[in-house]
Amino acid sequence: MRTIIFRTIAPFLTALMILFSVFVLLRGHNDPGGGFIGGLIAASALAIFGIACGVASVRRAIYFHPMGVSGFGLFLAALAGILSFFKSQAYMTSQWLIFELFDVEIALSTPMVFDIGVYLVVVGAIGSIALALEEREND
Amino acid sequence: MTPAAIDDTTLLAVLAPFAAAVVAPVLTRWFKHNAAWPLALVPALIFLHFTGFIGPVSHGETFVASKAWAPSFGVNFSVYVDGLSTLFALLISGIGTFIILYSGGYLKDHAQQGRFFSFMFLFMGSMLGLVLGNNLISLFIFWELTSITSFLLIGFDNLRAASRRAALQALLVTGGGGLALLAAFILIISATGEIEMSALLGSPDIIKDTGLYLPIFLLVLGGAFTKSAQFPFHFWLPNAMEAPTPVSAYLHSATMVKAGVYLLMRMHPLLGDTVLWTTILPLFGGLTLLVGTLLAVRQTDLKLMLAYTTVASLGLLVMLTGTSHEKALEGAVLYLLAHSLFKGGLFMVAGTIDHEAGTRDVTRLGGLRSAMPITFAAACLAALSMAGLPPFIGFIAKEVLYYGTWNWPGAGLAVTLTAVAGNALMLVIAAAVALKPFMGPKVETPKHAHEGPVLLYAGPVVLSLTGLVLALMAHTTGELFVGPTLSSLTGEATHVELHLLPTSFNAPLILSLITIGLGIVLFTQLDRLRALMGAVLAAIGWGPDRGFDQFVAGIVGFSGRFTRLVQTGNMRTYMIVIFVFTAIAVLLPGYLTGGFPAMPDMPVYRFYEWGIFFIAALGLVAVLIAKTRLTAIVSLGIQGFAVALIFMMFGAPDLSFTQFMVETLSVVILALVMTRLNLMPNDHRPLPVALLTGAVACAAGLGMTLTLLAITQQPFDTRLSDFFAQYSRAIAHGRNIVNVIIVDFRGFDTLGEIAVVVLAGLCVLALIRVRTKPDKTAEASTVNARQAQVSEAR
Amino acid sequence: METGVVILIGLFFTVAIYLMLSKYLVRMLLGIAILGNAVNLLIFTNGRLLREVPPLIPEHLYVPEVVTANPLPQALVLTAIVISFSFFAFLLVLAFRAYQELGTDGVNEMRLAEPEDDPTPPQGY
Repeated sequence: MRTIIFRTIAPFLTALMILFSVFVLLRGHNDPGGGFIGGLIAASALAIFGIACGVASVRRAIYFHPMGVSGFGLFLAALAGILSFFKSQAYMTSQWLIFELFDVEIALSTPMVFDIGVYLVVVGAIGSIALALEEREND
Repeated sequence: MTPAAIDDTTLLAVLAPFAAAVVAPVLTRWFKHNAAWPLALVPALIFLHFTGFIGPVSHGETFVASKAWAPSFGVNFSVYVDGLSTLFALLISGIGTFIILYSGGYLKDHAQQGRFFSFMFLFMGSMLGLVLGNNLISLFIFWELTSITSFLLIGFDNLRAASRRAALQALLVTGGGGLALLAAFILIISATGEIEMSALLGSPDIIKDTGLYLPIFLLVLGGAFTKSAQFPFHFWLPNAMEAPTPVSAYLHSATMVKAGVYLLMRMHPLLGDTVLWTTILPLFGGLTLLVGTLLAVRQTDLKLMLAYTTVASLGLLVMLTGTSHEKALEGAVLYLLAHSLFKGGLFMVAGTIDHEAGTRDVTRLGGLRSAMPITFAAACLAALSMAGLPPFIGFIAKEVLYYGTWNWPGAGLAVTLTAVAGNALMLVIAAAVALKPFMGPKVETPKHAHEGPVLLYAGPVVLSLTGLVLALMAHTTGELFVGPTLSSLTGEATHVELHLLPTSFNAPLILSLITIGLGIVLFTQLDRLRALMGAVLAAIGWGPDRGFDQFVAGIVGFSGRFTRLVQTGNMRTYMIVIFVFTAIAVLLPGYLTGGFPAMPDMPVYRFYEWGIFFIAALGLVAVLIAKTRLTAIVSLGIQGFAVALIFMMFGAPDLSFTQFMVETLSVVILALVMTRLNLMPNDHRPLPVALLTGAVACAAGLGMTLTLLAITQQPFDTRLSDFFAQYSRAIAHGRNIVNVIIVDFRGFDTLGEIAVVVLAGLCVLALIRVRTKPDKTAEASTVNARQAQVSEAR
Repeated sequence: METGVVILIGLFFTVAIYLMLSKYLVRMLLGIAILGNAVNLLIFTNGRLLREVPPLIPEHLYVPEVVTANPLPQALVLTAIVISFSFFAFLLVLAFRAYQELGTDGVNEMRLAEPEDDPTPPQGY
């Protein structure tokens, strides 16, 4: 698998895929996409990078342990539901903050935070599985 | 008379021992064995509380108090105070006071003394709840709690196998009886609609009128006979002597084993006065009386002798309860009172001897009277009561019960002879227990015997003196204790006139004289009698105790064989069973209702749609017949991508996307793992297996298709989907309805699901990281290697 | 619209179950993967099928203009796909580790939990 072409292209491909995955994540609320799909795309990106350049370089590149990312995602998702408590509403009642910045309508919301949590969970967990399996190949 | 409502103090009195159970270990840690003094205050106060009921109850009043427990089931924590329950409550708390003191002395410096106190108080509370219980369900719960606490106390010395066996045996026997009792109560509740004992007792014929009398009667007997150790369930009680002596004195002579008798007495107005009642009870009771006394003669261990006479006494009580004759019932009540006092005392004496002399084998004891004068005095007083000699309560009880048996309707002679024989043998045992260890020449004992501390002799002295005082105040005893209790049995106000000495030279007196004479004769021949009984038992060679072991071994063996039959360890068998039932589950409803759907016309699919269906089917078949791992992985990918395309065709781009990614990753990780599995097994199945598994798979698949066809031919309820479509943008500001459902409408659901994903990730990581401990395996393999070398060298 | 897919689902179930009745772990894993797809398709089809109209709301409207595909089963299946994948990965690793530890992938040879010569249960106290 480690052809020179693959190894050269892989970093760019991975960067592109992760960029694309964030794009898919953010547009998810209005168009096809969302945290699950975005997360899977990013996880595949990590897997490809791992196959091409070795797991060690992937681990260096993402700095955090993938299960840590996953756990943080779960925490973020759970936290997103708590904001509604400050308005005496039930857990996970969505909160919206919509404003205009340079004539562009920006919508910040708790479902978006929740979706980012989902994204991180999927990237972390699936990425961790893929990396762990790839790593074992060397021993 | 309708019971009067009282305040909650009585309910608190039932709960007080439970509170004491919590503080007992702490107090014991602070004050060591002297914690017995403050702890004994609890039962003493309870005793005081119930003495307040003696007066009103003797005037025929009854009381209830109640607190809702599980109101939706009609279960209340409620108490019913009448003559019978007052007598029992006084016995439990009164004897309990001295037992707690005695435990302080007996288990002095025992590491687990706090725990022991705790168990004792748990039992005391349960027993109070039982005898005062008004609500049938709460009565049952306390009944079972006494079984459980008895289990804990018998097995207190849990390092000895004999203790563990006795504890388990007692629990199985009494617990099994408890289940029968629960069934009886449920029958009563469902047949009469009443759940409170007081309400049932208000209309005594209510159960006899239901037509369920026979099953209720038998089930109640099941509970009472096991608890009160009636033949053939008597064997657990002598084994329970494995418990520390305070337990034997309290649970297994004075209180818990009387729970069965209590139940029969309580149910007497409801179930009594029928042919069944007056036949079965005297029959089994009399049999138990004879068996118990005969087996008691065989023993040399003080506690075992007392235990078998307890069995006998319980038999006597059951026999006497099995009639409507008022005098016999009066005898039962008197004997119950007398027995609790003298037997509790004698057990404590036996414990003291064991504690001070180091043995309780009657053949190895003698001449202790000078070393332990107070204990000896208490033993004599209690034994005289047990022997039925004046001026003790035991004597009055015997007079009254002989009067009852002599005038027994029907089989008076047989009952009388049984009672005489039993009582004569009881006298023998009483003499043996009270005289043998103390009289005669001094025998060297394992420990140098001397009088125990006050904690040890307070109980026997007070209990045996009470037996004397109650007899001396015979008139008051009859008025305050026996009369009210008898009223509970007969269901109507009954006056009892008791006299310390017989007023005339009548049949009971003659019977008493015969009993005493016979007893003395037998006592002189005790050793010969013992040898004879030993020979008889050896000739029989089997008893319910061994039967119990065989029963348990049989059950364990059967379950072992059955488990091996059902769980063969063959994975394919398990899977076949699962999928056969799956197939049945999906096919059977359609077959039974004749509701297999008609095959609808094939809708018009476009050319490429057929193509995708075909690709999916191709992928499936390819997986099935794949010979190499690469083919299998690729074919698995093909069917997965075909599924993604199907999602795409039917308007689900999100699903399609996800499916594509997942299939890609699946193929990648499968390839990663499979390249390291050094085999891609050729899935060869012998033809019969292939046919069987194929048939199962086809049946289940067909069933799924038919079920799904039936479902899709039903009209579709679109309310939920319409709701999401309507409000997705209006409320949740999102135009992708699927995503809005996932992150907003059903967000909580999704939170759970991503938690599962995290968990799966952690598990994978753990599985890959965890190795069998290398040092251990290495060690084992070196040991194995060395052994192999050694055996080769040989 | 459903009939063709329904029959295909039956085929998915048949193949999955046949594979799961194999003696070899790897085959069983393939069967489980296919079973996941079968169940997902089953849920999807239960919500009825409609061609090519994803459940999206046009930008200028507040409710869908035309009848769209049923969004609810899609939401259910979407999470199910990801979860079944993570569990497939878990089972795969489990099988792999079992193979490493026991040296076999035939379930009949894996008798660690239920040994052939299992002694009868203890009968003492």
